[in-house]
Amino acid sequence: MKTIKSMKTFMIALAAGIIAISCSSDDDNTPPEVINEEEVITTLRVQLTNTAGNVTLQSVDSDGEDGPNPPVITIVGDIMANTTYNGTVAFLNETESPAEDITEEVEEEDDEHQVFYTPAAGLNITTEYGNFDGDGNPLGTVFTLTTGDASDGNFTVTLRHEPTKPNTGLADAGGETDIEVTFAVTVQ
Amino acid sequence: MKFFIVLCTFTYSSISIAQNCTYTLTGYVIDLHDQETLTDAILSIEELGNTIKTNAKGKYTFDDLCNGATYTIRVSHPLCNTQTINVTINGDTERTINMEHHLEELGEISITGEAQKNGGKTAIESQVSNEAIQANSAGSLGDALNQLSGVSSLNTGNTVVKPVIQGLHSSRVILITEGTRLQDQEWGVEHAPNVDLNNAGSISVIKGAAGLQYGGDAVGGTIIVNPRRIPISDSLYGETLLTGVSNGRGGSVTTTLTKSYNSGWYGSIQGTIKRFGDFEAPDYILSNTGAFERNAAIRFGVNKYSYGVEASYSIYNNRLGILRSSHVGSAADLANAINSDRPLFIEDFTYDINPPRQEVKHQVARLNAYKSFDNIGKFSFQYDYQQNNRLEFDIRRDSEDVRPAIDLELSTHSATLDFDYTADNTIDAKIGLLARLQTNFPDPATGIRRLIPDYDRFDFGVYALASKTLEALTIEGGLRYDYNFIDAQKFYRTSFWEARGYDELFPELVVEDLGTQLLTNPEFTFHNISATAGVGYDFNDTYNITANYALSSRAPNPSELFSDGLHQSAARIELGDIRFDQETSNKISIALSRKSTQWSFTVAPFANYISDFILIEPTGSQQSLRGNFQVWEYRQTDARLLGVDIDNEFRVSEHISINNQLSVVKGQDTTLDLPLINIPPVNTTNRVTYTNKKWHNLKITAESYYAFRQNEFPDNNFEIFIVETDSNVLVDVSTPPEAYHLINLRGQLDFEVSNTSTLQVALAVTNLFDTSYRNYLNRQRFFADDLGRNVSLQLKINY
Repeated sequence: MKTIKSMKTFMIALAAGIIAISCSSDDDNTPPEVINEEEVITTLRVQLTNTAGNVTLQSVDSDGEDGPNPPVITIVGDIMANTTYNGTVAFLNETESPAEDITEEVEEEDDEHQVFYTPAAGLNITTEYGNFDGDGNPLGTVFTLTTGDASDGNFTVTLRHEPTKPNTGLADAGGETDIEVTFAVTVQ
Repeated sequence: MKFFIVLCTFTYSSISIAQNCTYTLTGYVIDLHDQETLTDAILSIEELGNTIKTNAKGKYTFDDLCNGATYTIRVSHPLCNTQTINVTINGDTERTINMEHHLEELGEISITGEAQKNGGKTAIESQVSNEAIQANSAGSLGDALNQLSGVSSLNTGNTVVKPVIQGLHSSRVILITEGTRLQDQEWGVEHAPNVDLNNAGSISVIKGAAGLQYGGDAVGGTIIVNPRRIPISDSLYGETLLTGVSNGRGGSVTTTLTKSYNSGWYGSIQGTIKRFGDFEAPDYILSNTGAFERNAAIRFGVNKYSYGVEASYSIYNNRLGILRSSHVGSAADLANAINSDRPLFIEDFTYDINPPRQEVKHQVARLNAYKSFDNIGKFSFQYDYQQNNRLEFDIRRDSEDVRPAIDLELSTHSATLDFDYTADNTIDAKIGLLARLQTNFPDPATGIRRLIPDYDRFDFGVYALASKTLEALTIEGGLRYDYNFIDAQKFYRTSFWEARGYDELFPELVVEDLGTQLLTNPEFTFHNISATAGVGYDFNDTYNITANYALSSRAPNPSELFSDGLHQSAARIELGDIRFDQETSNKISIALSRKSTQWSFTVAPFANYISDFILIEPTGSQQSLRGNFQVWEYRQTDARLLGVDIDNEFRVSEHISINNQLSVVKGQDTTLDLPLINIPPVNTTNRVTYTNKKWHNLKITAESYYAFRQNEFPDNNFEIFIVETDSNVLVDVSTPPEAYHLINLRGQLDFEVSNTSTLQVALAVTNLFDTSYRNYLNRQRFFADDLGRNVSLQLKINY
């Protein structure tokens, strides 16, 4: 009899404990805070200037690197044969308003970054670095682009983070690719 | 209950007035703590002066007892406190006697590591002994489990070691620690279990879902970390283990101190510190692979014959580096890394742990109580609170930015109530309830879109298990029902929401439209049924066979439901699906064993058929400013896993034994008729052990581990545009590495320091020949070789 009674008391205590826990849910349904991706680069813009006419090569991926929409590539202006252009490159985050200019950040941390310009074989383009980091190694947000005879092919702009510096090119630079955009260009 | 006995006795004695002394008293003597029967317990009836012993099955029988008479029976056993009970005979009477362990348990049972069975009687279960746990003191839980047949591990480097049971891992493996299910974001393949191995007394692995009391979704299996047992006696004792290792140039210290009293009160504290610098492959340093782990645990309580209460708290703190070379920015970087023989980042050795790295803190506070009722059973109740904080630091473009890229806080309240029926020793029955409340909070301060969303989750479970032993035959069955409710708040990219067609399927889920992002409120309800049935048969004292069937169902995990972005370390985009249903597994396991002193073996084949199996596979590619990324989508399919685990042990002589293990698993997507990814290759371990108890308890083990090449794998290779060559190259992410063979040695000696303290010295070498190899189940195999030779020295002091 005593056993049954003490068993009952025990059961009641346990049931009470479980109910207390089950009901302790804090029902605050405050919506979570939205995150606007800060590190995203939506836009790469290459400006080539020459008195013969300016050229803009641009790639815009408005939904970021892992959004389903592909980047939109536009080339405004013609690249003329046997011409030397002064070039600059800009990296922007246009999800913010006004757009955040990430080029400044790249230039501040110049020893941790390098921009590579890679014309495909057969495309008569050569580039020279126009700016350098504190150790005298190339950075490449400023450059000159010289064309030869008329030709066409791929022209790729790559931004590497924490590359090995100095290096002989993309192949031994290592680091992580922050940007890699290939433009199909024509030298006229 | 006594009321009934008195009532019955009264009725009986009124019928038979004359005293009739032809009746028997039979029953079993049982260890109260693990419900095992006790052989050779001595019972004597004080009134009659006769003494008998329990047989091999723990059964006793007294003949020629008088009906209605009350006898005083004294029960003793070498391992237990002697007790005296009164039994009134009415007809042929049965009475089970529960005994309580005393001091010897510590020295004899717990150290030799024979852990209790945790699953049902027909479940396929393997155990890691305390000795093996201690040998792996400086390693991780996964390292200690790795030595069991049928258990391998999915690694990220050598510090993130996730157990794989018969080919399955992550959400398909349940980890029970301190009686509660570990809630530590276990769905992530790069998330190691947040458990301090050194706090475990023993570890059991149930291969399959037969451990229904722990959960119904253990499609792969259940790992149970049992705490150390504490004896009921007046004692103060401790143990300290010091391990130094050459590879990683670090080591670990772990100490346990326990105080117990005859009254049943006890308290125990335990602490561990591990510190390693960069580990090394045979030919180079694996830069940024160090680890720093700090753990502590305290428990105290009272353990009486019929009741007990325990409170405990533990904290696990780990900071570990992820191989620097494994961090890639694009698929082209991945191609470069795979095609390079050596990692692209090799720096000088350091203890520094830089990004990419993980910092995890796991805390558990627990209150547990039990009460036993004679001839009825034992009720246990447990409440616990777990908090898991996971920080993952990535290499950010702005190196001044020290914020983590992932910051998750998972809080879980659990309450369980179990009832163990113990009145009849031929029947084992257990029923129980579970209620669990969980909140996941991803901190928005990271400035990076959440990997998994904010959610509240409520789980409720109820189960019943029973087994009956009829002489040589055991039959068992169990049933479990689980209810899961998930209330999530997730931001989707508008472009993704539309690309998936969710805008047409689930317009009602959208709470707020923020332009480029949508706040949604998906809710999921799952009803899961799981069941188990088994038979066991003892042919004789040597041979025995068990067969077990388990049905289990698992609700999809957060990454399977919600993934919608770039998985940095794999350089691929991973997409989940909120339309997923639970997956259901039907598994049949058979084990034929032979047990004798000269030759023991177990041959355990299994077949696991899983419908709606959730897997991830490549489905296409996606262009971005970082180049082309491969897109991997989760998909549901039907899968089949077949395999066999073989354990074999020969005792060649008094001093020498030979041990052999072989594990085979074959995994197939039966819908597409393609092999499953990441299925462990066939592997075999052979060990020769020499022991000499007379000479300082000398023990020398030579071990050979051979992993075959995995020849069955899906082809997930893809092409990527390489700027330098202006052409596409094939990125081989599929081909498994070659077979490899490792030799390990370990020797140990015991020295008596004083009457109460012993010192054990152990010297071990793993990968003796400094073999360069890559392991198919290591996610860093694309980037670097696995570990080279490691020499470790271990000192263990018991006091």
